Amino acid sequence: MSKKAFLSANEAAAHGVRLCRPDVVAAYPITPQTTLVEKLADFLADGEADFRYMMVESEHSAMAAALGASMMGARTFTASSSQGLLYMCEMLSYVSGARHPVVMVDANRATATPWNIYGDQRDVFAMRDSGWIMLFAENGQEALDMVIQAYKLAEDPEVMTPVMVNLDGFTLTHTYDLVEIPEQEEVDAFLPPFKTSNKLDLEDPKTLCQTVGPDFHMEGRYLQQQAFEKAKEKIAAYDREYGEMTGRSYGGMIEEYRCEDAELVLVTTGSVSGTTRIVVDCLREEGKKVGMIRVRSYRPFPKEYFDSIKDRFAAMGVIDRSLSFGLEGTLYSEVKAELYGGSAKLVNFIVGLGGRDIPKDLIAMMYDKLDRMQKNEAEEEVQFLGMRW
Amino acid sequence: MNKPAWNKDYQAPSGWDTMFFGASNGVGILPTPNSGFRTFHPVVDQDACIHCNLCWIYCPEGCIEKETGKMVVDMDYCKGCGICANECPRKCISMVKDGEQDE
Repeated sequence: MSKKAFLSANEAAAHGVRLCRPDVVAAYPITPQTTLVEKLADFLADGEADFRYMMVESEHSAMAAALGASMMGARTFTASSSQGLLYMCEMLSYVSGARHPVVMVDANRATATPWNIYGDQRDVFAMRDSGWIMLFAENGQEALDMVIQAYKLAEDPEVMTPVMVNLDGFTLTHTYDLVEIPEQEEVDAFLPPFKTSNKLDLEDPKTLCQTVGPDFHMEGRYLQQQAFEKAKEKIAAYDREYGEMTGRSYGGMIEEYRCEDAELVLVTTGSVSGTTRIVVDCLREEGKKVGMIRVRSYRPFPKEYFDSIKDRFAAMGVIDRSLSFGLEGTLYSEVKAELYGGSAKLVNFIVGLGGRDIPKDLIAMMYDKLDRMQKNEAEEEVQFLGMRW
Repeated sequence: MNKPAWNKDYQAPSGWDTMFFGASNGVGILPTPNSGFRTFHPVVDQDACIHCNLCWIYCPEGCIEKETGKMVVDMDYCKGCGICANECPRKCISMVKDGEQDE
């Protein structure tokens, strides 16, 4: 029997990590990730988990230690946020290129400067091409479930790619909710012990992190791309398998909410999806044909899905809690690219930077704008909403 | 010398089935001589050499062997920097353009 507890998403994710029986956790604290790694330290101190906790002097070292541990065949976890993630940047591509299935949580937070400890997603999007699988959770329950599925996905022999689970800073990491915690036996049945031949082994010695020149480098990158293609099927398959076990299934790389007959949809990631869900319900009661598409997997990107809905909706808005200066919202660029040649009218809403609240009326305003676009009224393509002036 | 010898039998991956995984590979493999960019190489006048070992000490590659009683340069590793020739007090090491004399 699983039990329920009142947990923040950080604590829920920590329970997820505990249930995966990691061998090594290497982490350096940073707001708003700190309570996650503190909770793991609690588990260790209380004898509820058994792993080696490596206290490192920086995030760069945290990821380097995670790489080293994974090279020994250890199931390894780390977590960071914002400047910490940026400081890990160099090691992220070491881990992914060497194909070590480390799992980490990024507590999404604004990047300096001005210094800001609050939530937005500019940190993760800056790491876009690091070669990591990038997943976004909507709430504490999904944070727990996603960490468990992340290990299953990362360690799949056909994937063998590190996974970053993203939790919106404060909105999720420090917000409490009722979370169902699976039993250890359930998780053990879902996630077998980590076994790999890609490790240091005295019986079968190898060179790890070798130099590869122009002669073979591209082939290695091609294999990484193949692994991401494989991951597309696996994300959905493991979501189904986990759903059969726990009754909780989230829909793979994408979740559609009330999109069946929708004409106006918003594309979301992470915690803003919860607010959007409520607004969709309210507008549906008024008879408006609105829906939501939640991107759960940013890398691999649900390319085929977006290709398939080019002409399905009248107007689509993409909510970005990030910004690529000189262009537009990061998610918007990619959604727009996949929808190229389709009939849907498109708009990008930049909101919630540096932890600014994204209230329901702001989401309602977005649907209102989509409604106007459907009636051929002009709207700016890229809009900052919720500004002071 | 504890350096891997140039393994002339090394078979580079020939297809996806033999392509290495991630960044791991076998150990002790020197698939190609580690001196591909050398232009000049040292030639030691063994008769004039007094075995002072200064070239052995100064060689940044550590690729000079002295155990045989002669100063022998491992041409799989020598980068041709010329430090040995510069340091030799008897000036019995000359730098010769690759391809002009035995390497």
